[in-house]
Amino acid sequence: MKDLSLHIIDIFQNSVSAKATKIELVIIENTERDELRMQFKDNGIGMNTEMVNNVTNAFYTTRTTRKVGLGIPLLKRNAELTGGDFSITSELGVGTEINVRFKHSHIDRQPFGDLAGAIVLTATSYPKTRFVYKHQKDGMEYIFDTDEINEVLDGISIQSTDVVLMLKELIDSNLEEIRVKK
Amino acid sequence: MEKIKSLADLKKRQESLKSKIDLRDRANDPESHIQVKVSMSTCGIASGAKHTMEILIQEFNRHKIDAIVTQTGCMGFCFAEPTIEVKKPGAEPIIFGYVNEEKAIEIIEKYVINDVLVEGIIPANYQSIDNK
Repeated sequence: MKDLSLHIIDIFQNSVSAKATKIELVIIENTERDELRMQFKDNGIGMNTEMVNNVTNAFYTTRTTRKVGLGIPLLKRNAELTGGDFSITSELGVGTEINVRFKHSHIDRQPFGDLAGAIVLTATSYPKTRFVYKHQKDGMEYIFDTDEINEVLDGISIQSTDVVLMLKELIDSNLEEIRVKK
Repeated sequence: MEKIKSLADLKKRQESLKSKIDLRDRANDPESHIQVKVSMSTCGIASGAKHTMEILIQEFNRHKIDAIVTQTGCMGFCFAEPTIEVKKPGAEPIIFGYVNEEKAIEIIEKYVINDVLVEGIIPANYQSIDNK
């Protein structure tokens, strides 16, 4: 994975597979404490203890199309490379939560990449799922919520290519406002 | 046009978009759209599927073709990522492999617009063995 935005798409896919109807991502950048946190939360079907213990193992996967599951192990390793950490908790029938911490200034910390694209491309792919994305940087905050967007769209499909391009512009300009570096 | 910065800006654009879309497709039937699924699991993402998806959306928009481009999970063709499935209204879905930027443009300009098949099709059997 070249950047964090790609990890985000990857983790969102897990939540979608878990039949989540609400997926939340909170990114907190604290440059004073030299910390970058990402918190993923979903209300999907959840996992039992055995599965939770196994998800960081690359040779464990629930899928039948192939024998490896690299998404979570890659994210965990990339966080640990920067001196950060990774944790996952899950409860059957309630949902799953992932917390990842990176050292913000570490040379191995991947750049964010195209956050707006990652959020919009996933959110518009699954129109029935509510996506909430919060980004905080040193006290400034931006919130993107597909419920609000759908209200504004008032009947126009969130999947129309015009809308997808518009939403990307919306998030991009707001992230620029709170000075998020790509 | 002015940059979209707030929900109010989005609302303004939504209004102009609404009149445009109403004229273009009265039938709000997903079957009347071209549906493209981009395989976006770890394998696809690592091979550049996000860029492929962006190009597809931009190109459909530029050609003013009504299309829905969405992500999907791993289709099992990890060796041929990025992989996309294209379903034209009334036609069987076709899976294309190794879809980079050039290939995506080629698929839209040749297959979607002119109905000419392009190289890179992955023959797929839609019935799984379990169902037989």
